[in-house]
Amino acid sequence: MSDFIGDWHALLVLVIAGFLPNEVWRMLGLWFGGGVDEGSELLVWVRAVATAILAGVIAQILVLPPGALASVPDGLRYGAVAAGFAVFMLTRRSIFAGVAGGEAVMLAGKWWLG
Amino acid sequence: MRAFAWGMRSVASTVLTLVLFATYLGIGALAHDSHFSLGWVLASTVLVWAGPAQIILISTLGSGATVVQAAIAVTVSAIRLFPMVVSVLPMMRTPRTKRRHLVLATHFIAVTLWVECFRLFPHVPRERRIAFTHGLGIGLCAVCLFATTLGYGLAAKLPPLLGAAILLLTPLAFLLSTARNCRQLSDVLALVLGLALFPLVSVLQTGVDILISGISAGTIAYGVHRWRERK
Repeated sequence: MSDFIGDWHALLVLVIAGFLPNEVWRMLGLWFGGGVDEGSELLVWVRAVATAILAGVIAQILVLPPGALASVPDGLRYGAVAAGFAVFMLTRRSIFAGVAGGEAVMLAGKWWLG
Repeated sequence: MRAFAWGMRSVASTVLTLVLFATYLGIGALAHDSHFSLGWVLASTVLVWAGPAQIILISTLGSGATVVQAAIAVTVSAIRLFPMVVSVLPMMRTPRTKRRHLVLATHFIAVTLWVECFRLFPHVPRERRIAFTHGLGIGLCAVCLFATTLGYGLAAKLPPLLGAAILLLTPLAFLLSTARNCRQLSDVLALVLGLALFPLVSVLQTGVDILISGISAGTIAYGVHRWRERK
């Protein structure tokens, strides 16, 4: 068992640095959202903020790419996502087609650039 | 119980399952390269259940940061879970639902489940939605545990280009699934403004850039929605 998890210290670090700081926001949401009415205006605002934060996460990955994605030139990253979005719209909003199209453009571009 | 099985089956109905699979393949490989044990990274998948937070946790701890520094980085990335939970839970609740019935379903809420709840809930009778979410969450978690293990085992054999392709999956899939889920003008505006504002705010390097751009873009989108309603 100790080889599988590491030691109890490693598991404690996981709980303190990973589980608790992450889970606290879900539980606050449960505590707060438990009483909000489904049709309320507050919820329209909360959904807009959640969507915009997610948009920020998307933009962050594209503008400040992590790890191996940084090896893909800026123009190619933006171009691949734009191409994926175009395919998505042309295929009557097929997420699968859009994702596959965007990935294909990125891989083709990398191959072409060498 | 039928709703639980229905939720589990829905795992196969979404392309986001593939995206999660690839993301957790990457997380498994990252954990291997950062010298964490397999059991530890599997425990992190079950307990944390949020891709970006796990990547941050593994890379900060792996690079020698303290527990406190890692915890702060993780908690900043997790703030987005709060509005997601607040907007999904009212769709799951019935007048007889107690808060404790929602704890496990709340734990499963991350981007994928948030998006899928908005897509699938209209087909699920309200009183079945909690069981449905449990099935969907446990099904997705099982897929991710498998992917984490596979990525951990394959780490040394994955080509670098695959790593770039896996990392590009997240923005592509998030963008397209959010775009498909937009119900009203405020959602579309929030998505477009959120994309546009982040690069501007990130110049400030506040450490909570996503939060600032998200709250302002979301609020502007809501303001436009209110203004149009009133006319």
